[in-house]
Order: sequence, then structure tokens, then C-alpha cells
Amino acid sequence: MFFLKYILRNLFRHKLRSVLTIVGVAVAVLAFGLLRTLVGLWYAGAEHASDTRLVTRNSISLVFPLPISYLDRIRGVQGVTTVSYGNWFGAYYKEQKNFFANYAIEPRGYLELYPELMLSPKEKNDFFLDRKGCIVGERLAKTYGWKVGDLITLKGTIFPGQWEFVLRGIYHGKEKATEERILLFHWSYLNETLRQTVPRRADQVGYFVVGVKKPELAPEVSMAIDSLFKNSLAETLTETEKAFHMSFVSMTEAIMVAIQIVSYMVIAIIMVVAANTMAMTARERIGEYATLKTLGFKGGHLGWLIFGESVLISVSGGVVGVAATFPAAHWIEVELAQYFPYFSVSSETILLELLAALSVGVVSGIFPTWRGATIRIADGLKRIG
Amino acid sequence: MSEASEPIVRIRNLSKAYRRGTQVIPVLTDINFDIARGEFVALMGPSGSGKSTLLNLIAGIDSADQGSVLVGDVEITRLGESDLARWRAGSVGFIFQFYNLIPVLTAYENVELPLLLTHLSRRERREHVEAVLNVVGLADRMDHYPSQLSGGQQQRVAIARAIVTDPEILVADEPTGDLDRASAEEILQLMDRLVHDFGKTVIMVTHDPRAAEKAHLIRHLEKGELSVT
Repeated sequence: MFFLKYILRNLFRHKLRSVLTIVGVAVAVLAFGLLRTLVGLWYAGAEHASDTRLVTRNSISLVFPLPISYLDRIRGVQGVTTVSYGNWFGAYYKEQKNFFANYAIEPRGYLELYPELMLSPKEKNDFFLDRKGCIVGERLAKTYGWKVGDLITLKGTIFPGQWEFVLRGIYHGKEKATEERILLFHWSYLNETLRQTVPRRADQVGYFVVGVKKPELAPEVSMAIDSLFKNSLAETLTETEKAFHMSFVSMTEAIMVAIQIVSYMVIAIIMVVAANTMAMTARERIGEYATLKTLGFKGGHLGWLIFGESVLISVSGGVVGVAATFPAAHWIEVELAQYFPYFSVSSETILLELLAALSVGVVSGIFPTWRGATIRIADGLKRIG
Repeated sequence: MSEASEPIVRIRNLSKAYRRGTQVIPVLTDINFDIARGEFVALMGPSGSGKSTLLNLIAGIDSADQGSVLVGDVEITRLGESDLARWRAGSVGFIFQFYNLIPVLTAYENVELPLLLTHLSRRERREHVEAVLNVVGLADRMDHYPSQLSGGQQQRVAIARAIVTDPEILVADEPTGDLDRASAEEILQLMDRLVHDFGKTVIMVTHDPRAAEKAHLIRHLEKGELSVT
């Protein structure tokens, strides 16, 4: 109890220094937390992918399409429950900066495979019945102020032209991680238009989404599908949805690794700064430590005093940093929704933030603690006066 | 007085040298002397004569190169770091030139410090602290921080801290060196009282002849060697 009181009083002995150190640790912990969250989000799509969904695409590249005629053959594979398909559409709304994900899909199978896209039965039915109908996620609708019944015109890039859709439903995600910034419309609308304008591009899909009965069947079904189209003009590559997402993520892995390294560097830098502060503090108090030793206190007692102060400063900074993480993440989610539609800080990140703060305290306290605990009394007493 | 009492400190063939690189600087050379129980001894000498080093060796806060220091029945030159710390906590009180109070602790808390190493309860500690603060006349200032006290008052707090564990020996290194004449006189009277009323043995290093006058015995150190006055 006495030691705690002593540590607390020492903590506020140089208020400005302590406050600056606490703020420094807090900012570092905040930056660490936000960078970790960013990295986590990058992998979130893969992590939240379903175990019972497979994606079949052209084995050469996703850029190359597959014939729609594959549909029935894939349906016939044992273990397959539902098959749907789609095309990346790549259009934007009014201006290029208003870009979001949009897909041409086969609606019935698709919504059956993606139950996390929650629509009311009426909206779902209206969407199914209207070939020019589309559905959007709640966040996207909020961004552009769209309401059900609105006419939405997109400018095509891969499929040039003005594409008009009637908004038939606004889905909301079952989970927080469910992407709500997507527009989905009927593949048949795209295909019919292509038949009239660019017939050679008609009757092709970008990918098939395949539902399997059990996750354990995924490898078997994947192999079965791919073997169906072996030696054809468009060989397929079937993989789990998670692997499919990871293939995108791996393209930017170097950037993610760099961000991770930066997040650790931030902590390393504040560790050095905090260690310097603690070393300075301990050096100033060497005379006091010598006095305490003279009175009979041992190195261990002094160790706890110095170490305790170091850890308390860092953990205080850590707590402030963690507390600041939530409003900062919320601000990013609201203000930078276009880039980070979902920016939720995980409990693992919070734990890592606190561990980072603790490790700053522990590491920065080691040298001053050792120095204070091992100081020769006679040398320490010479520093006074 | 000193002739009649048994020695509480016995110093035999004590030597100490400091090393600066390859250079060896002898500070104390073959010191032999006894200090009787209840005696007030002043150690005098020019700067660098080794008087503070001798005091540190008697108090167990520095280690000798040769010889022995026996305090009571304990040969402190043979004790390890941990045992020495325990011995210091219970057997010796320290009074420093610059008081060496902890600035973030009140007078009460500073005096209580050595008692935290004992098994006394909080209530018992309070009784002890209040008693010694009464002895030094600062019971009404117990909640003051060192910065709120004058130099003389701070030194009285330091004396209270030195005697709170009721040690037999008090070592004082220039206890009046940082005080004005009036405060110095008060401190010397207080130390004198500790010797006469409480039977403490006081070993004091001083440059000040007026301070030394209070002692029963003055020892002079010159180039690491001892002479008696």
C-alpha cells in the first residue's frame, strides 16, 4: 500500500513529463490499434467466408469468363445444393469517385447462398420479379440517400453505357462484418443487353457460386467440378470462398506486412522514448534510492518502486489509448465510410493494445530498475547536495 | 564516561582504497579504535581525509578492503548485502548533511519509512512516529512536506527518522553543514539530548569546531590516519 502511494506521488512529481509520456504511449497504442484493425479488416472477408460456399472461375484468371452452359453440369455434381453465378460489373454512380462494388447475379440462387443479405420477403419478391430491379446494402443506400422505388443509373466501364435500375430492396447484413456497400442486379438484364449490343460477350459469367451440403465435401466437390471441364476451352478452378478471398488479399500482402511492421515500429519507438524518460527519472532519484537503501530497503524494494512507476505510466497511456480507439474507429467508419465501410475494433486488438502498453512499461523499466536496485549506497549519496 | 563503558564499536586494522583506472588511492590506512556505548564522537579532518568513508564503513554502507568493524556483537564487515541491509534497518540511524528526506512524502511518512521494514502494525507505527516527532518538537508539522519546512525542521525530521527504530548508534555526516548558526545549535542540542537522555551512541563527521565541541571525544583524520584529541 505504501509503495503504491509512493509510486503514485512519484508519478505526478514532474506532471508535464508524466503527462507527455502517458500521451505518447496513448497515441502509439491508438496508432497500433488502428493499424492492427486495418490489417484485420483486410482479412475479414476471408475470415467471414462461408465454409459451404465454393467459387468456380476460369483457371487462367478471373478476368476470363466461363460459359453459362457450365451451370447445369455443375448442378449435377454430387454434394452440390445450389448454384448461382455472377459477373463483376464495375460501374460507378454519376462520377467516378462514386465507385462501389456492383455485380450482375442470378438472384434466386444467389440470395439462397447468401442468407446474410437480409431482405424482407416483399423486397425479395419485388426484386425477383423485376428484371431491371436491383438491391443495395443499407450503408450504400444511406450514402446516396436511395429509397426503395428510386431509379438508379450507373455508368458502365467494363460494359459501357448508361445502365438503369429500379431499387427494389435494401438489405442489411446479418453480421456487422457483412458488406453493405454492394449493388446487385439481374444477370439476365446484363446478358440480354449484351446479346443485342455485343453478342460475343453474351452467355458468359465471371464466376459460379456453388453451395455444398457439408464443409467436408468442399475438396471433393471442387475436384469433381474442375475435372468436368478438364481439357475444355475454359478450364475451371474451384476453391472455397475463403481461398478465393485470400487470393485477392495475397495480391496486397506486402502492403499489409508493411503496415504490420509499422504498427510494431510505433510501439518500439515509444518504448525507446519511455525508456529514456524512465532512465532520466531514475537518474534524478539516485540519491533517494541510496537513502532508502541506507535505511535498510533492499534492491528488490527499489526495483518495485521504479518498475511499478514505469508500468503504471505505460498502462495509463495504454488505457487512454484503448479508450480513444473506439471513438477514433467510429469516426473512421462514419467519415471515411467510402474506404472503410466497416471499421470495428476487435477484442483481440484491444488485448494487443494493452499488452503493447504493458510491454512498453516492462521494457522501459528494466534498465532504470536494474540501475536503481544495484546502485552503491556511497555512490548514490554523493549525488545529493 | 567513555572509559567506564564497554565499546560498542571496535575497529581493527581497517583499510580502504579507491581505484581510478589503474591508480589506487588509499583513503584509510590501518585504522584501529573503539567507540564506547553512549559516547558522542566527532570525526574531524580536512576534505579527502577519509572521515566520511570511515563513517560509511562503521554504518555498513560501504565495504572495507581490509580489517574488521564490530558493532555490538556483529562483525558487519563479514555480512552480505541483504544481512547488512537488515542490520542497518534495526541497528543504526542516519543523519545526513542535506537531510535526505523524500520530497513526495510528508514528515510523518518520512519518519515512518524505516518502520515499514518491521512487523509493527499500522497503529504501532503511528505511536512510534508520533513519539519521536514529539521528541524533536515537530508533532504539529507531521503532515507537512519537506519543502514546507525550514532546513532546521527538515533536519529534525531526519533525526526523528534516524531514531524511530530505536537504534543504538546514530551516524551523522555534517549534520549542521547546511544550516544557519541558530538551527545548527538546535540540532546539536538535540543530538546531545539523544546521547544524555536516550543513551544513544553518536558518531558525527564535521568540519565545524563548534559542532565538534559538543562531542565527548574528537578524532582527527589526516591522510587516512587517525589521531585523538
